[in-house]
Amino acid sequence: MTARSFSRRYLLGGAGALSLGLLPFGRARAAGALTVGFIYVGPKDDYGYNQAHAQAAKALKGMPGLEVIEEERVPETKAVEKTMESMINLDGATLLFPTSFGYYSPYLLAEAKKNPKIQFRHCGGLWSEKDPKNAGSYFGYIAQGQYLNGIVAAHASKSKKIGFVGAKPIPQVLNNINAFLLGAQSVDPSITCQVIFTGEWSLAVKEAEATNALIDGGADVITCHVDSPKVVVETASRRGAFVCGYHVDQSPLAPQKYLTGAEWNWLPIYKDFIAAMQAGKVPQNFVRGGLADGYVRMSPYGPGVSEAAAKNADAVKAEMMKGGYAIIKGPLKDNTGKEILAAGTAYPEKAAELESTNYLVAGVKGSV
Amino acid sequence: MNEDLGLWSVLLAVIGGAIRVSTPFLFVSLGETITERSGRINLGLEGTLVFGAMSAYGTAVLTNSPWAGVAVAALSGAAFGLLHGFVCRLPRVNDVAVGIALMLFGSGLAFFLGKPFIQPSAPPLPAIPFGFWSSLPQVRAALQVNVLFLAGAALSLVLWWAFRNTKAGLIVRVVGDSADAARAMGYDVDRVRLYATATGGALAGIGGAYLSLYYPGSWNEGVSSGQGLMAVALVIFARWNPLACFGAALLFGGAGALGPALQSVGVSQGYYLFYAAPYVLTLALLIATSSPDRALAGAPGELSLSK
Repeated sequence: MTARSFSRRYLLGGAGALSLGLLPFGRARAAGALTVGFIYVGPKDDYGYNQAHAQAAKALKGMPGLEVIEEERVPETKAVEKTMESMINLDGATLLFPTSFGYYSPYLLAEAKKNPKIQFRHCGGLWSEKDPKNAGSYFGYIAQGQYLNGIVAAHASKSKKIGFVGAKPIPQVLNNINAFLLGAQSVDPSITCQVIFTGEWSLAVKEAEATNALIDGGADVITCHVDSPKVVVETASRRGAFVCGYHVDQSPLAPQKYLTGAEWNWLPIYKDFIAAMQAGKVPQNFVRGGLADGYVRMSPYGPGVSEAAAKNADAVKAEMMKGGYAIIKGPLKDNTGKEILAAGTAYPEKAAELESTNYLVAGVKGSV
Repeated sequence: MNEDLGLWSVLLAVIGGAIRVSTPFLFVSLGETITERSGRINLGLEGTLVFGAMSAYGTAVLTNSPWAGVAVAALSGAAFGLLHGFVCRLPRVNDVAVGIALMLFGSGLAFFLGKPFIQPSAPPLPAIPFGFWSSLPQVRAALQVNVLFLAGAALSLVLWWAFRNTKAGLIVRVVGDSADAARAMGYDVDRVRLYATATGGALAGIGGAYLSLYYPGSWNEGVSSGQGLMAVALVIFARWNPLACFGAALLFGGAGALGPALQSVGVSQGYYLFYAAPYVLTLALLIATSSPDRALAGAPGELSLSK
């Protein structure tokens, strides 16, 4: 909508550019301080993806010699380039964290070429050696959290059908769906998972409809991968289904029905990047990690989790904490019958193949 | 509890979706019908809807009463309507442009004031379980009918009757069809339009309250996803007839439920196309009912659309 592109930063940017034109040295900046810019696609208190990043940004704000600037609700369009440029040129940011998936290509890559002295680290993109050296990406293997969600869901499900509300069929979402079901099947191989894609990262009415459709179809444990799980969590619990959370802890929204949830913990990653910058080094270009690295964590168990379920999940979690855990391992077929992996092979947590997942495993009802 | 309903579940979901999703469409389009029947277009109802959703949610959080939320949403909607009506009575002011300005203003103000209300949970509006006779949980869920939906349905009937049979209805229509005739009869055209726009705004505000307090039942910045704009277009599609507005709102609500429901029974290819169903439907119906020979049937004569 037009309202989005007409943001506060535009006005500020325009006014700033004007005053800069009049007074070339109008803005003095604290020398030596590092300015870091965070860019979010939605509001930063959305009980979801953006909140997870904003929590980390908030925790950084107390650090000495560091200035944190943020902008919310920046669409995945040319608008993000303008935001990046204004953060660089007007605020003096030298390290940028554009956090939404769609920012990476072509917008972030274009800005990285244009501003070789600025460091760009993107959440979720697949940086490779061919991309600019001042760009990079970081992400957490949150599918491990969804695997644990699946284990707990399997113990709670009576209908042996679980449901997943997905936004778009991109690799990260597909990994989460696959992990959720494989976790559940590790408890009971007869469990199936219905998936419904809404087509957008945040569409409240469609997410509520999708949740209702899953429950009407017999699913009794729901999880999701959308930017703000609030609607899904509330709708599911009102219908009497259990929910597993995603992004951040949503248990206050459904205290009785919330089982557990897969949460991000971005703070250690951001701290590492900033420490490198402050030491005058180039931050790492490619950062990945899961539960073992502390980039992902689980919500506390809710009242619906049985003792057996908690024990089972804790045991698997302990395995994951050792590092190198493989969720996708052979023999494994996708839901059209094609073989993904032969017996004896596996994609452990750091396998590059996981970032180009384009299949749903057998037992998932839905298509990419 | 897990009987497989197969394709029946799609039909059930569409009916349930029509009841759940249609209410905001219904209230906004009824409000816009009143406004446009008086000869003005208020495109700002999207902003009013979003602001209504925010103010209702905020009030419900603070007072713990969803009905207080509905009342505040109606009042704030009326205030937006009064503002539109007041600005439009100034000479050489274009109502469409004012509407677009108010749409941006309403959404922006709602986002600004609504920040502290994204996180807390508000008490929802009550629903009546009309599905009590069925043992199927799907049927019972689909027939959870909110009070506001029933109020909207009754209102469309009352408005349809009132436009034909009451003095107020006839005054609104004459003002909308010919300002000169209305002036000759001694009516203050601007005042009638002011009241009509305020009433329209109040109804749109109630539609917003339904969004945030019942379905999807939470306040966030994307809660309306353009429903207010679609509802304004619905009025043209419904030919300014309140009863047709009811039908059109049901149709749009049901069409919106089609995509998720089809995926849940295994029709998962091309869901983007199913999601476009409401828009395709509108296009098809508008083309089918259009005519090169005459103006839009039922359009008020004073509307800047038809002038």
